[in-house]
Amino acid sequence: MAKYNLKINGKTREVDVDAGTPILWVLRDHLNLVGTKYGCGIAQCGACTIHLNGIAMRSCMLPVSSVGNQEITTIEGLSENADHPVQEAWLEHDVAQCGYCQGGQIMTAAALLKNNPNPSDEDIEATMSGNICRCGTYLRIKEAIKTAAAK
Amino acid sequence: MKEKALDRRSFLKVGSLVGGGLLLNFSWLSAKAVKNEVTGQNEFLEFNAFVKITPDNVIQIMSPNPEGGQNVKTSMPMIVADELDADWSQVVVQQADLDTKHYTRQFIGGSQAIRQGWTVLRTAGATARQMLKEAAAQKWQVPVSEVTTEKGMLMHSKSGKKATYGEMATAASALPVLQDVKLKDRSDFHIIGTPVKNVEGKNIVTGKPLFGIDTIKEGMKIAMIVHPPAFGLKLKSYDVASVKKLKGIIDVFDIKVFNEDYERTFFDTTTFNEVVAIVGEDTWSVMKAKKALKVSWEPFESHSYNRNMFGRKSSVTVPAGLESTSESMAQMTGLVSKPANVKRQDGDVEKAFENASKIVEAKYSAPFLAHNCMEPMNFFADVREDKIEMIGPLQKPELTEQALSARLGVPLEKIDFKMTRLGGGYGRRSYAHWAIEAALISQKVKAPVKLVYSREDDMTAGVYRSTYYAKYQAALDSNNNLIGFKVNMGGNPESPIHENRFPAGAVSNYLAEDWEIPSNITTGSFRAPRSNFNAAAEQSFLDEVAEAAGKDPIDFRLDLLEKAKSNPVGQRNDYDADRFAGVLKLLKEKTKSSQLKYPGVSAYFCHNTYAAMVVDMEIQDGSPVVNKVICAMDCGLIINPDGAKNLAEGGIVDALGNALFGKLTFNNGATDQQNFDQYRMIRMNEAPKAIEVYFVENDFEPTGMGEPTFPPVFAAVANSLYRATGKRFYHQPFMSQLS
Repeated sequence: MAKYNLKINGKTREVDVDAGTPILWVLRDHLNLVGTKYGCGIAQCGACTIHLNGIAMRSCMLPVSSVGNQEITTIEGLSENADHPVQEAWLEHDVAQCGYCQGGQIMTAAALLKNNPNPSDEDIEATMSGNICRCGTYLRIKEAIKTAAAK
Repeated sequence: MKEKALDRRSFLKVGSLVGGGLLLNFSWLSAKAVKNEVTGQNEFLEFNAFVKITPDNVIQIMSPNPEGGQNVKTSMPMIVADELDADWSQVVVQQADLDTKHYTRQFIGGSQAIRQGWTVLRTAGATARQMLKEAAAQKWQVPVSEVTTEKGMLMHSKSGKKATYGEMATAASALPVLQDVKLKDRSDFHIIGTPVKNVEGKNIVTGKPLFGIDTIKEGMKIAMIVHPPAFGLKLKSYDVASVKKLKGIIDVFDIKVFNEDYERTFFDTTTFNEVVAIVGEDTWSVMKAKKALKVSWEPFESHSYNRNMFGRKSSVTVPAGLESTSESMAQMTGLVSKPANVKRQDGDVEKAFENASKIVEAKYSAPFLAHNCMEPMNFFADVREDKIEMIGPLQKPELTEQALSARLGVPLEKIDFKMTRLGGGYGRRSYAHWAIEAALISQKVKAPVKLVYSREDDMTAGVYRSTYYAKYQAALDSNNNLIGFKVNMGGNPESPIHENRFPAGAVSNYLAEDWEIPSNITTGSFRAPRSNFNAAAEQSFLDEVAEAAGKDPIDFRLDLLEKAKSNPVGQRNDYDADRFAGVLKLLKEKTKSSQLKYPGVSAYFCHNTYAAMVVDMEIQDGSPVVNKVICAMDCGLIINPDGAKNLAEGGIVDALGNALFGKLTFNNGATDQQNFDQYRMIRMNEAPKAIEVYFVENDFEPTGMGEPTFPPVFAAVANSLYRATGKRFYHQPFMSQLS
């Protein structure tokens, strides 16, 4: 076990965990931030997507010891009041069905738009195809990203 | 007087009758005021089990059924709110707990929530509205017939008096409950039929803890299970010492899900009845211990368990052995060419084939499928002497509660089930053996426990979709009329047959036969059970028959439906030919103006809803490209048009993924796929570029949308691929057939 001071959603949080613990489980089990979801544990589904210094990362294979001083943002910290353009677009298009994967989808989409404010369909597909939606809401996700990009 | 006091709070209970009819009955509850969770000041006044109103006009509508993405938490309260004449913006929706006294059919299955809830939900809203009108009439000293309502307001136009529902709630909720209240005319609906956003939308996009796996309680431990690595194996021994000393680990022990003398009901399927549980302080510690645990397994002997299906008792034999997909495929291939159980026979089918000028024959297969809900199986349990608290995502809470009561020997009254949002269900969460496992683990460690399956556990210890095989044969006369039709189909372990569905009833000489292969691989419901294969095979075959007959695929089906309507064969035909033809006609109209390159047609009726569709796709550089899907549906009255459309789109994408990529294979009893790197799921780049959904407008009562769009997609894909490649696609998943 070791102590880590993590920068999460603008605050410093101290945790005492095994060095190999993935950030996903640090968030969910030790900090009660359960918006970041467990889906596969092998970075194949994207449900656990967070931002590390603004870049979309799969948190399920990211050991706590590798994070250091970098800024972590989770879905809970993406906006103050569900008013990030991507969140607003998600609500406008009423994207979700079961909703389990959507936090990860939104985090991937938000990072995409930060780097590429006007993505083409191909750009959106290339980036978003790392995130599985078992309910099949892909068309709405794509439309929501375009709406967010236009804002 | 006492009895009259009881009359004041009644609520409706709806039970389904055999044959799909509805039975409305009243049960009774003593007066109860619930603290207002919204304002913290006013109390909710309960009108019935669905409607509560505070004096300051917050209207709470209870959503009775579990929510797993089918959007019932929005659509069911919409129905109540419309009959209540509430202002939707003032409505707060609350998930009901499992409460068998006040609600029935609190489960997900069969796309029946809206259809079977329709009358009771309307009556609940209408009854509360009438009570509010009575209270206003008494207060204002006017005839109740002169009191009107609009968007949460009570009005008397002659005197100009007005009041909010909240202002009359105290008096109204004290009135005796009215019976035989008149429901609205459909033309007066103002919420039903309008697009209403998901009531949980904001919570979803902000990552609020909505799901079972998000449950956190004081003192809660984390548990995981270690199950046999293959079907056909059982626990022999395990080395507790190898993990108990590890940091964060509390205990390691084995549990038995069901006892030998227990009579299992339909949903008491358990993948592995004896498993090892590891309990620890946090998930990562338990995951590491799970890998470190040394366990020995051994083959089990053939054995049996008792089954009790609503009073019908039987003994079910579980065969020994380590099964492989290659063997079961070979077995099934042989069986479709042998006589089997005759399920339906019309006319003289052999003679029809003797007289045929053309015979078309084709064989179809589909693999096992894993449900792969994005939220892995999980459940929270806190088993104490006085009370058992269960929290989590499941589709059949009432039946799970009964099973748990029997397993622990604890009366139902001591068990509380709270339903969380399901991160997908698709049938898998009907089989809640993991809820029982969680309770047994909590009982053993005497602490609240959250049991979580890893993705690998979820995929390798599933209650899968069966694997199927079918042979279809059609006889055409010299005028290309369909004069004979034969189907021989079965599955490992379940037969998918629906012998009374189309084209039964449209062909004079018809034979349907089936068979089953016993297996120790656990299988169960998977989105549109059995229909998902039936539709795939039959609708591909009809495309081939239409081609042999030289007819347009839509017109060919319409001709058959015309015969089924004007001169039906047999008595038990399980569809309305007019409504079936209706979706095909709408599809024809909507595809006319579309520039489709390779249209593949399919249409199917199941779960009381009709669906027809065209898929237009092609293969580019070895990858599937779906240009467009056009879908026509008849599900009667639409409650929430945008929600219904979303569900149709999802069903289409889900089916497309399973048709092209989905497969679970077995080698010596173990699945070849353990996680998403080996089990291919459809992703955004493979989804259709566009989906159009159209609904037939009619006055029929609403039916479900969760399942019916799923089955017809498979054949529409195969039929489009045929036009694109010149090759018929008979065996799912189709991409495996491409090379």
